[in-house]
Amino acid sequence: MRDFSYFRADNIEAARNAAALPGAMLLAGGTTLVDLAKCGVAEPATVIDISHIEGLNAIDASADRALIGALAKMSHVADNAEVKSFFPAVSEALWQAASAQLRNMATIGGNLMQRTRCPYFRDPANFPACNKRVAGSGCSAIGGVTRGHAVLGVSEACIATYPGDLAVALVAFDAEVDLGERKLKVEDFFLAPGATAEQEHDIRPGEVITAIEIPGSAAARRSTYIKVRDRQSYEFAAASAAVGLELEGDGRTIRDIRVALGGVATKPWRARAVEDALKGKALDEATIREASELAMEGAVDHGANRYKIALAPRVIARAILKLGETA
Amino acid sequence: MTVHDIKHAASDSARLEAVGGRLSRVDGPAKITGAAHYAVEQQLEGLTHAVLVGATIAAGKVTAIDTRAAETAPGVLAVLTPDTIMELRGASDWFGKAPAQPTFSPLVREVTFSGQHVAAVVAETFEQAVAAAALVKVWYDETPAIVDLSDGKAGDGIPIEAMTKEWGDAEAAFAEAPVRICAAYNTPREFQAAMEPHGLIARWEGDELTIWEPSQWLDGMARTYAEWFSIPFENVRLVSPYIGGGFGSKALALAHSAVAAAAAKMLDRPVKLVLNRPQNFTSYGGRAATRQTVAIGADRDGKIQSIVHRGVNETAVDGMWVEPLGSVTSIMYATPNFSSKQNVVRVNTVVPGAKRAPGENPSAFGIECAIDELAYELNIDPMEMRLINYAEQDPHAKKAWSTRQLREAFAAGAEAFGWARRSPQPRSMRDGHQLVGWGVAAGTYPVRRAHGEAVVKLLSDGSVVVESSSIDMGQGTYTILAQTAAETLGVPVENVTVKLGDSHFARAGVTGGSRLAGVMTGAVHKAAGQALDELIGLALSDPRSPFQKLQSNTLVVRDGRIASPRGEGPELLIAELMSAVGRDHIEAKGDTLPASTTPEERYKNYTTIAMSIPHTEGDYSRHSWCAHFVEVRVDEDFGTVRVSRVVSALDSGRLYNPKLAESQWKGGIIMGIGQALLEEGIVDRRHGRIVNGNFADYMLPTNADIPDIQTISVGIPDPHSSALGGKGVGELAIVGIAPAIANAVFHAKGKRVRDLPITLEKLI
Ligand SMILES: Cc1cc2nc3c(=O)[nH]c(=O)nc-3n(C[C@H](O)[C@H](O)[C@H](O)COP(=O)(O)OP(=O)(O)OC[C@H]3O[C@@H](n4cnc5c(N)ncnc54)[C@H](O)[C@@H]3O)c2cc1C
Ligand code: SF4
Repeated sequence: MRDFSYFRADNIEAARNAAALPGAMLLAGGTTLVDLAKCGVAEPATVIDISHIEGLNAIDASADRALIGALAKMSHVADNAEVKSFFPAVSEALWQAASAQLRNMATIGGNLMQRTRCPYFRDPANFPACNKRVAGSGCSAIGGVTRGHAVLGVSEACIATYPGDLAVALVAFDAEVDLGERKLKVEDFFLAPGATAEQEHDIRPGEVITAIEIPGSAAARRSTYIKVRDRQSYEFAAASAAVGLELEGDGRTIRDIRVALGGVATKPWRARAVEDALKGKALDEATIREASELAMEGAVDHGANRYKIALAPRVIARAILKLGETA
Repeated sequence: MTVHDIKHAASDSARLEAVGGRLSRVDGPAKITGAAHYAVEQQLEGLTHAVLVGATIAAGKVTAIDTRAAETAPGVLAVLTPDTIMELRGASDWFGKAPAQPTFSPLVREVTFSGQHVAAVVAETFEQAVAAAALVKVWYDETPAIVDLSDGKAGDGIPIEAMTKEWGDAEAAFAEAPVRICAAYNTPREFQAAMEPHGLIARWEGDELTIWEPSQWLDGMARTYAEWFSIPFENVRLVSPYIGGGFGSKALALAHSAVAAAAAKMLDRPVKLVLNRPQNFTSYGGRAATRQTVAIGADRDGKIQSIVHRGVNETAVDGMWVEPLGSVTSIMYATPNFSSKQNVVRVNTVVPGAKRAPGENPSAFGIECAIDELAYELNIDPMEMRLINYAEQDPHAKKAWSTRQLREAFAAGAEAFGWARRSPQPRSMRDGHQLVGWGVAAGTYPVRRAHGEAVVKLLSDGSVVVESSSIDMGQGTYTILAQTAAETLGVPVENVTVKLGDSHFARAGVTGGSRLAGVMTGAVHKAAGQALDELIGLALSDPRSPFQKLQSNTLVVRDGRIASPRGEGPELLIAELMSAVGRDHIEAKGDTLPASTTPEERYKNYTTIAMSIPHTEGDYSRHSWCAHFVEVRVDEDFGTVRVSRVVSALDSGRLYNPKLAESQWKGGIIMGIGQALLEEGIVDRRHGRIVNGNFADYMLPTNADIPDIQTISVGIPDPHSSALGGKGVGELAIVGIAPAIANAVFHAKGKRVRDLPITLEKLI
């Protein structure tokens, strides 16, 4: 960890101005930033502490929409009664993320900005090659330990998995991220690596996330988040699915369905092929299992992560069936 | 040193103070409130901070080190390299065997594993040292590394003759057996993963060295420092009041320890060096990766005719570690023919080390899975299978067991678990999407014995102080020694203060191999007995004592009061008697060594393990035993395994404190669950480097992974194992858990996983 200067922003304008300076990084809950500074990945020249800005932690949720301030804590959002009723997948994604201690510290804005858990990315002293850290330096993961790496949205430059849970649910329900001057679909805010693995988010110097907004929908109301991992708690997903379901009046035919995947792709991954295949279809296990396989179209494995191609569709199917059962 | 307030610790059951009482941990309140200061929390004037630079290659030479940028960085006091660190003398190993090399450099030019220490920076603050360490540039001449046991370059390894155990003609009997199974079982590199990292503070005053360091073996480590720096043993003081978990890893002074002590000497300032979490995965060895093949030949009625066992464990290029893989294989079941052999293979790793039940743990994974496979092959209940082949005596040593309550363990465990309701077919039990499976396995650990000494002081106010250089790493030494002294002396337990973790106290050997409780309760019992004799002798003979005219030939002490056995005459508090006879204290030193022991032998006894007493010494073979019953749920789609129930019945002989014993057993079971399902040091095979050396990626079980665990004690006092009848507790319960889980997974899913850990992709 190298020396840095510390600046405490008291309002959003001050934060934006300071964030425009070269080498500036925002500090919210610090659970990603401090961690990455310790392993030598983040080397901020200036740390801009935004955690004291007032009014940025509000949670305002109803059947129509949820508006969540960037400084709201993960645990508060997970426990919010309206979020639980109208956006259960969001609450479930949050309480299955990280640990209780981390959720009490970590903010929603910081959560969207968390970095990949690729072990090579996190160890610059031993693995100088990492396109995500240093553009054009190569990728140490390809050919190495890839059990946790992505199978969807990968490129020759980078196969790192997007690790978070919340954003998977956000992508499923067309949430937007508010950057002040701009508002973006969360789905577009995250960038697949392509040839520019170093660019993970569509965020510009001086921009600060102020809120996320999730439109309400019947599918969001009847939604769930299933996270599969070896350890029951406190582990990133081997594969996860955020699914929302709306049925026709017959209680059997799928009117609207939302499917997004975590733990298997380079960004929170909307599985539209699965949605398209199921809209208008009856809620039937064989149909659902078959359609879920479509999520893996174009999947590329690197050996040790091949199981994800088998696993992810089963997670989707389980989530849809679970929602079907709760009719 | 924190003085523990035992009143807070006492729970409600009667006779807590007695040996066998359920007294809560006397150090608990100090730990919970933060009053307990761990070794590296020591605050010293002028303390400096050292940070290590690790090799980024697994094999090769350091060709150059550029220290210029680091040297001029703020706060830097020294940058040490193999060229500039002071030369140390080689130290003998833990058997007391002389070093291969006369000198020792804890910073290396020849790299044999990734992460090996090549340089160190010492600065005024920790942050300055970290920043400067990142500026040290190292160039290497890299050579190909052998990364693990499956590396093509690894070869078959070196046969370890001492591990060969054979009787009958195992190969021939196997070939002729009507029923045969043969399979390979693998365990990965695992780590002790103690919460408290390794580290130390070293301070020199002239040629006297004080080290504050978490330690499972003060006397052994003090000897190593003394030898490195060519100073008398007495000049080293090692202080280790509390240990935040060791699990076998904290018994030796290691290269990083030498760096800190050398830096302190060179700078003439105290130096603190704490390994960061990734360094805790490369600076000392975890459990070696192992491979075993187990072949069992049996009759159709399940009686074993032959066991052929071959094992391999990894060791380092420049260090030897043998993980005795035939240790359980050779004693668990009766067989007329047996053969076990073992090789070790050198790979580019730090020397592997002891992790809870080294040897017995992987050994049990092989044999206890294999016997389960045989049971399914023959359609015999797996527990019945084990009883059919019950060993009535030690099949290897051909000696009677001192005590073996394993049959009782199976009976009690099966009863509590409901084993009789088991549905024999694999895949025959289900709960929604979860396939439910039941598994059983046995475990064992030898009774390792040694000698120890203790000082017991009776003070003028009637309070008692016990001193020993043994340690408490959470297993309860503070507590059981207080109970032992209280019971022996007849005083309330809250009058006893136990002081541990200072090498200037009465000596003790290594805290490892589950031996400490047996050794130290014996020593304290003896010392306290001597103090009591002296007290009673004074009371009877001193002319100022009110008991003198009683003409009694003995007295009793109960609840801190002295009286005649039948209660006639006076009754005095110890403090009153001490004041009557004008004594300010009585001090007794007791040890368990024969009186004829020479000073050299004593030194050797405490500072090496060369004088450990074999568990098969004399007429008996001494072991603890257990039987584990486990229920798992395997998700039919996801392959995830969750343990939903554990019942274990254990024979650790007499329990000095059942509450603490249960807690140690449960700790072992939890660690075993981690081993079965989660733990694995993952090596990048191109670089020979562990890539998951941190607590987010090296998976240990969380509370959510652990079900209710029921432990049942089936032990009886074993007079051949220890002075007070206890056998080992700490390591026993981890032995057999992983195979019980693997067996339950087979029962659930119908798929045998023989490679630990049983992660989801193996069951998808
Ligand atoms: C061991 C461990 C396990 C974890 N497990 C999980 C898991 O299972 N699932 C999961 O989803 N997450 C997991 N996490 C990640 C955790 O959720 C994130 O660390 C956390 O959400 C980050 O929030 P923070 O407020 O602490 O961010 P900080 O560390 O303060 O900031 C993180 C990054 O975001 C930037 N930033 C912060 N706020 C803003 C803003 N308003 N606008 C723009 N940029 C901003 C910062 O500059 C920084 O680069 C885990 C983390 C750890 C350490
Ligand atoms: S996968 Fe991406 S993050 Fe990982 S080493 Fe390659 S480029 Fe870096």
